[in-house]
Amino acid sequence: MTLGLINANPVVHAKKERVARPADDPHADDAVDPLEIYDILLFFFSNIRDPEHPYSLEQLSVLSEESITVDEKLGRILITFTPTIQHCSMATVIGLCLREKLKDCFPAHFKVDIKVAPGSHADEEAVNKQLNDKERVAAALENPNLRQLVDECLYSSEL
Amino acid sequence: MANPAEYVKHIELYVNSSSSPSQQAASVDALTVLLKNDLLTLEALVREMDLYLTTTDSIIRSRGILLLGELLTQLMSKPLSNSAVHVLIGFFTDRLEDWRALRGALVGCLALMGRKTDVGVVTENDAKAVVNSYTKYLQVQSMGQHDRKLCFELLECLLERYPNAVQPLGDEFLYAICEGIDEEKDPQCLMITFHIVEVAAQLFPDPSGPFASYAADIFEILGRYFPIHFTHQNGEDVGVSRDELSRALLLAFASTPLFEPFAIPLLLDKLSSSLPSAKVESFKYLGYCALRYGSDRMAKHAEALWSSLKDVLYTSPQSALYVESESYGGMVFEDNDVMIEVLLLLQGLTQQNSDLLLNMILGDEDINMFIYSLPQSWNFDSVPLQIKQRLHSVGRLLSVSAKSSMASCNRVFEKFFSRLIEALGCSVGNHSEESYPTEYCILSSRLNYGALYLCVELLDACRCLVLAFKEATPIPDFIHEAWCCMVQDFCRSLINIFLSSLEIVSGSAQNAFAYSAVKGLRLLATFPGIFTPVSEPLFENILLNLVSAITSRFDKILLWELELKALLEIGLFIDKYQESEKASSFDRIVVEKIVYLISSGDPAMPLSLKMQAVCDIGMTGKNSMLTVVQGMDKAISAKFAQAYVDGNFESVELIIKLLECFNVRLLPWFETNGGSEEVPLNLAALIWDMIDNCSSVNFTVQNNELLGAAMMAMKQAVRCCSQESQEKIVHRAFRVLSASTFFPVKDSPTATSLSKSEGLYLNHHVDKVSYRDEWIISLYASVVIALHPQTHVQNVKMVLRLFLMALAKGHIPSAQALGSLVNKLPSKISELHLSQECDVEEAIDAIFSSGIWNFCKTSTVRKCNDYGNGSEIYFSNSLNGLNQSSVCISAIVGLAWIGKGLIMRGHARVKDITMTFLGFLLKNTNNGDFPLLHDPMVGEEQEVMSLMKSAADAFHILMSDSEDCLNRKYHAVIRPLYKQRFYNTIMPILLSSMRQSDALTTRSMLSRSFAHIVSETPLSAIISEAKKLIPLLVDSLSTLTEDVLHKDVIYNLILVLSGILMDKNGQEAVVENARVIINQLVGLAIYPHMMVIRETALQCLVAMSQLPHSRIYPLRSKVLQAIGKALDDPKRAVRQEAVRCRQAWFGLK
Repeated sequence: MTLGLINANPVVHAKKERVARPADDPHADDAVDPLEIYDILLFFFSNIRDPEHPYSLEQLSVLSEESITVDEKLGRILITFTPTIQHCSMATVIGLCLREKLKDCFPAHFKVDIKVAPGSHADEEAVNKQLNDKERVAAALENPNLRQLVDECLYSSEL
Repeated sequence: MANPAEYVKHIELYVNSSSSPSQQAASVDALTVLLKNDLLTLEALVREMDLYLTTTDSIIRSRGILLLGELLTQLMSKPLSNSAVHVLIGFFTDRLEDWRALRGALVGCLALMGRKTDVGVVTENDAKAVVNSYTKYLQVQSMGQHDRKLCFELLECLLERYPNAVQPLGDEFLYAICEGIDEEKDPQCLMITFHIVEVAAQLFPDPSGPFASYAADIFEILGRYFPIHFTHQNGEDVGVSRDELSRALLLAFASTPLFEPFAIPLLLDKLSSSLPSAKVESFKYLGYCALRYGSDRMAKHAEALWSSLKDVLYTSPQSALYVESESYGGMVFEDNDVMIEVLLLLQGLTQQNSDLLLNMILGDEDINMFIYSLPQSWNFDSVPLQIKQRLHSVGRLLSVSAKSSMASCNRVFEKFFSRLIEALGCSVGNHSEESYPTEYCILSSRLNYGALYLCVELLDACRCLVLAFKEATPIPDFIHEAWCCMVQDFCRSLINIFLSSLEIVSGSAQNAFAYSAVKGLRLLATFPGIFTPVSEPLFENILLNLVSAITSRFDKILLWELELKALLEIGLFIDKYQESEKASSFDRIVVEKIVYLISSGDPAMPLSLKMQAVCDIGMTGKNSMLTVVQGMDKAISAKFAQAYVDGNFESVELIIKLLECFNVRLLPWFETNGGSEEVPLNLAALIWDMIDNCSSVNFTVQNNELLGAAMMAMKQAVRCCSQESQEKIVHRAFRVLSASTFFPVKDSPTATSLSKSEGLYLNHHVDKVSYRDEWIISLYASVVIALHPQTHVQNVKMVLRLFLMALAKGHIPSAQALGSLVNKLPSKISELHLSQECDVEEAIDAIFSSGIWNFCKTSTVRKCNDYGNGSEIYFSNSLNGLNQSSVCISAIVGLAWIGKGLIMRGHARVKDITMTFLGFLLKNTNNGDFPLLHDPMVGEEQEVMSLMKSAADAFHILMSDSEDCLNRKYHAVIRPLYKQRFYNTIMPILLSSMRQSDALTTRSMLSRSFAHIVSETPLSAIISEAKKLIPLLVDSLSTLTEDVLHKDVIYNLILVLSGILMDKNGQEAVVENARVIINQLVGLAIYPHMMVIRETALQCLVAMSQLPHSRIYPLRSKVLQAIGKALDDPKRAVRQEAVRCRQAWFGLK
């Protein structure tokens, strides 16, 4: 028996034009900013994908530059993402992917919070709890099935 | 005659279907050689092949026939008797029937039909037989691609070479064509089919002939391919590009007017496609076909054509804004592909039949409505883009229609021009011969922008029309044409409108108005002189206004630039068309006024703008340029005298700017435009005069910027001169030089001797060179740097001594001049060089034995003797009372420049110099740490360090390319591959010293020299020795990281490393040393002093991750750990590289 897709026909958005950074200025403020995180998440090498569809998270408008905030002083990164539908069971997997990616690409002293956008998910509270609890994340990634799913998301290349 | 056994072997090899293609090709070649050299006759061959050609085994038969065909293809240029050709073509014609062995027959027919007339050709009767056989037996559609192609080639050949054989067949032949080309899909075959149709159509031009009856069928087949669309992206794999196919189809479409009833409706229909490429193609085809089909046939489509044109031009105009359009008020457009094709079509149609379309354009209600209701005030911010595009399109439409002929120009002007003038606020009546009005006829400050824009477009169109006729003879009489009278009548009002719109309009609209108005003025001023609607006073009025605008209104830079550009274009126009009357007004009004700007002390206008105006105006022609140069020369000498005679230094900045102007714009201009040599010669003479005329008393302040500019100008000027002129300059320079106060006493002992007086002289003068003397020696050095090798220099020895003394004081130009001298002096005095009084050997001897090297320690020489043959330069400490180490550093730098001159010409004595440097570097190796500390003369550790550093950096001077001297520009003697040569000689010595030395400073300085040499050597030389070099490279990197001092060198070195990494040949060596390299790179990835080093190190690490897995996997954890730190880098670029790098290494599993 195969389960049907949860969201069989998602709305696909156009990829946004990238804003080029101004040419190298040696004295520019080089603090970590949302655009950098966004670039890392979406544009370097394999894009993180929606676990269900061969579209990247940007194309599905799950993630955008505006949904990322950084506090350099306190070393905190807050990422808010929007699942494609209210009862998306994949929300936790997407969150796990994001967390894994950031763990690879940012020094350990940043504390990363990952949340679903308010009102965008039926089990908002549960999902947030699952994503920001160290123990639960570790446990989830020890589950071989979940691990495989996350790895697939992170290291597949765009078609 | 060849032995039958020999060629039979080849025949059998070819016919045997189990032999490989290369063997078959080889046997064809072998047989061809035999046949070509008459070792084997064709007849004998055919006899020998008899069975192969006629056997019932179809495979062998087909191979046999193919062999004969292939051989005939190879023998296309070998003469054959008519009977032989007849027999052969008869055979092949016959074989066309044999579908099993068809290919050979086709190849053979093609080879015979394609022969040149002088080597025996197929007769017409035989050709007829081929055509008959072709139409009767060949089922082209059912064949494979290659056979189809051969069939089409045969058809093409028949049509092109035997039209008389084909013509009588008429219908039957055309039917065969239709049948063959129907449903063809292979691009290569299509190319030929399109051509076949083209040729066939031209063969049967008769409108009631056979082609006419087949035109519908043939076009039905052809029409399906339009527009050509490739599903394959790159055309390489099919051998034909989309453009080629499209071109061939276009020619086929346009081949006969008989296609008109089918082609034009199809093309018009395709215009409704939403694909822009289809539109472009359709318009292109329409434009080309319209010309071929003739105006009579096109007339019935005129209405449909106009409506499609109007759709693109007016209803939904799509031209994109020009990139810089915003600054010109958003009204400068760049036509897109569709627009360009549409305008070409329009031009073609109106030129073909001017009335047809013009009636519709002029009578079109929408367009009339648009022009008559142009908004009175034009708010640039709120006008929608579509209206702007529409205005642009209408402008282009009118201008293209007007441009096509006199008659259409008249009609367009009559219809719209006076209307537009009225819209601009001028009553049509007041254009009589009134005197020049002081007030502008426009009182309303609200100008109609749209009308202004269209007016300018119309002026542009009629000017283009006249210019196009200018080449034709006899020149038609324009003056009575209606449009010409109108322009003439309104000319004064137009000028006033343009001028007032420059002044009145402000705010956001200003730039757009200015752009159009200046363009209008420029157009009016550049009507060709044979007929001019613009009278002379009006022309001068325009010039006067533009000049006064340039000299007074420079606060709006964009406007100013537009005006200057307009003047420049007017000047260029006058120069191009040799308009003598206008030229004199231009000279009088513009050039003189602008040149006056230079010397006028008007402080309001920025200097840079003045210079730009002067240079631009000068570039309008040679005469203007010469006037400008004169003015500038005068200004330079006057201001210089002001500064250094009267002590008024205010205008020094002006002199600097003027000299820069010479360097950057004027001298290069003369070089490209083949100007006379006088200009650079005069400039050089002028500078020398200036120095000569002022005494040293006046030189109380040194202005290094001014000196730099003067030296640069001198170098440039001398560089441009020929040998004779250079000699004049040298002569003049030497006069000034010898009159100067510091010139060595004339009766001193011979220059080469190491005299005590020289030392005393140095002691005395080194710190006390007056400013004027510094000028003189610097300028003289500049002259010497830029000389041709053949140019004679007087008193070389004296000059050498002079430079040596200046060098000791740290005067770099002198060192460079010395380098240039030894680079260019002849190696032997031969008859060619009689004028030179000394050859390079003598010069080097004189230099090396000079007293200035005595500043440095004798111990050096001792050390050096271990390496060389004892001829090193003798550095000893015979002079007291000077800052020894600084002089010594100057001496090293000077020596480096001399060495550079020698290296470039490949002279052997350079070895002595490099040995001296090495001597400095190894100074303290044998004696442990700094023995010199005990020496009262040199002392400080710091000084030793800086000495060693400058010795190491000397290698940089030796190897690097310099902008200032010793390059092609300054006529240096450059031996090919001199860098590689030097690299090969110095490297073994350097390497052995590196191996031997263990003191830390020595090692780091040796590494520094090594880095300089390696980073300046061409990469190809490095890569061939990569295996040997990489361990040293890595070693040097680790030595150099100890001290911040070396960060630039580290960067250069790591670039070399990345160069090796990226090269295929270098990678082998990298693999062997992967561990050490990665260890080093990991360290450099967190090098704290320079960001680019970290970034490059990370990039190298990414490249390293591609190496064989087994070599690098053991290092993975180490690299990942190091990247972890780089992820936290303060610089974003480094962090991004680190992420990339981590991904690359993390993926290794």
